[in-house]
Amino acid sequence: MHNLTEFWRTFRRNKLGLLGGFLILTALLAAIFAPLLTPYHPTDVIRDANGIGMTFAPPSAHGPLGTDDAGRDVWSELVYGARISLTVGFLAGFIAMFVGSLFGITAGYFGGWIDNLLMRVTDVLLVIPDLPLMLVLVATLRQMQLNVSPLVIIILVIGLLYWTSTARLIRSQVLTIKERQFVARARAIGAGNAHIVRKHILPQIMPLIVANTVLTISTAILVESGLAFLGLGDPTKPSWGTMLNFAFDRNAVTNGAWWFYLPPGLAIVWVSLGCVLLGNVLEEMLNPRLTAHHLEGDENMISIVAGQRFD
Amino acid sequence: MSRRDYLLRKLGFSLMTVLIVLVINFVLFRILPGDPVRAVIGRNVRISPQVQQALRVQFGLDKPVFPDQFIDTLGQWAQGNLGISWSQRQPVANILIAKLGNTLLLIGLGQILSIFFGVILGLLAGWKRKTPIDVGALTFSLIAWATPTFWLGIILLAAGSTWLGLPTGGIVSPANVSKPLYTVIPDVARHLALPTLTLTILYLGEYMLIMRSSILEVLNEDYILTAKAKGMSHWQVLMRHALKNAMLPVVTLIALNLGFTVSGAIYIEAVFSYDGLGKLFQDALTKQDYPLLQGAFLLLAVSVILANMLADILYTYLDPRVKAN
Repeated sequence: MHNLTEFWRTFRRNKLGLLGGFLILTALLAAIFAPLLTPYHPTDVIRDANGIGMTFAPPSAHGPLGTDDAGRDVWSELVYGARISLTVGFLAGFIAMFVGSLFGITAGYFGGWIDNLLMRVTDVLLVIPDLPLMLVLVATLRQMQLNVSPLVIIILVIGLLYWTSTARLIRSQVLTIKERQFVARARAIGAGNAHIVRKHILPQIMPLIVANTVLTISTAILVESGLAFLGLGDPTKPSWGTMLNFAFDRNAVTNGAWWFYLPPGLAIVWVSLGCVLLGNVLEEMLNPRLTAHHLEGDENMISIVAGQRFD
Repeated sequence: MSRRDYLLRKLGFSLMTVLIVLVINFVLFRILPGDPVRAVIGRNVRISPQVQQALRVQFGLDKPVFPDQFIDTLGQWAQGNLGISWSQRQPVANILIAKLGNTLLLIGLGQILSIFFGVILGLLAGWKRKTPIDVGALTFSLIAWATPTFWLGIILLAAGSTWLGLPTGGIVSPANVSKPLYTVIPDVARHLALPTLTLTILYLGEYMLIMRSSILEVLNEDYILTAKAKGMSHWQVLMRHALKNAMLPVVTLIALNLGFTVSGAIYIEAVFSYDGLGKLFQDALTKQDYPLLQGAFLLLAVSVILANMLADILYTYLDPRVKAN
């Protein structure tokens, strides 16, 4: 992209966009450098002077975030949990982006009955309640003894269900781009469909796809945490949602162990808020006329919040 | 397109979607490993091969899967026969009906409160655009969007039970279990307070946003200018002209949000051990009770689809522009 510097110059001035980027980046760094940031392995049991496991030890007794019901270090679990939550969120987001772009480009570019069919498919997916559908799908797939990790099933199910908004967005963009002069010219000199899509349409919509993927990732992370909370995560590879499932099932609330159930939720809010901020700012910058996203009204709400709170 | 064509198209689409849900439900049940006879009578019942064969014939499982078994199954479902729950050994339909009311009560309360407060806040935010009220409202909805439902529930559960002494779960106290719900309203209200609050906070944001952008759009219309020119006060304009028209998108959102509403209820019921369809769903998951799981899915999916269709029909009556076309 030749105007990347120009893009960065505009982006740099957007405080909320920067905040979003910062939130995502810190979480990514924590996930990558987890062993350097944590004094314990997440499965290590912390013991007191007498060698007895310290269960539900508050942060004052064992820092910085105390221990869980089995005496494990909550801070270490939290940092290692970032690896699982982010991996699932990003992979599911990428799958959704791929499927959504494929559907959106195909529907928008070819139009006619193909468009009609693909759009009806997205309509059907939109109207079926997603959580019950996911629960039934995940439960059935797990029962089938496919010899894959529960995380793989979750990634696939989220990725293959949450592409509809991307598809609609991309489709509407492709519809306007394909009417432009340069596409007509390319066709006139005999360019094929594949060539036109690759050389003329994809480069135009790529930035928008990136922005939308960031938003989809936040949805994927939230959905994963929910499925994991309902007990569908991988107990051997605990994500933040799985941690909350453990915390809730093992009575962290009645034991007053706030250090066990607050941090994982805050981490989820941290990352998903980061994605929502960054995604919306990018979408607004890359496509000022856009009104398709549900967070927007007469103008992008992010810019109003940004304008008032930070400038 | 005439109104009749529009309604017929909506009807057709909804029926097709219901059919797709039925197919999904049928296929998922059939691809489960193991003998379908076992699936019908339960895993731990001992029976001889002869009886198994007899049952197979009786249930029509000796016939081809498609179309015979599929049509048989559809017929069963249509008669309200959703199979027998493995864990509770009762007809799935009876279990579902017993829990339906509780969930409707929770969802209904949450929806009414969030629409009420969402509309008021959205109206204020749009009217006082770019003031601290507006910015605060937008910031709130952003953060609410990024917060997992169940986690908000856990926090409110911890806070409400510690500081306000509210019950941590269920619908009534053990002492009142056998009494009819309406005779113990104060007790039920105490149990409903926290789950309803969680749902209200959760749903509020989107109603507020849609109301805000809708009121901004309406305030730009010519008839608002006319009303102002006639000398009506700001307040009169807002109440008499703007509010009614700006409410239309809220009606659409109620329908569009139904799936989201159901998801919220599943999480909330899990957190507050609230005895409704959502908790049933989670119990069925942990006990791997497939007939119950699928019955609950069928009920939830079909009701959301039909409610969506009803909202579409209602919309044509509410919006004079649709009526005119």
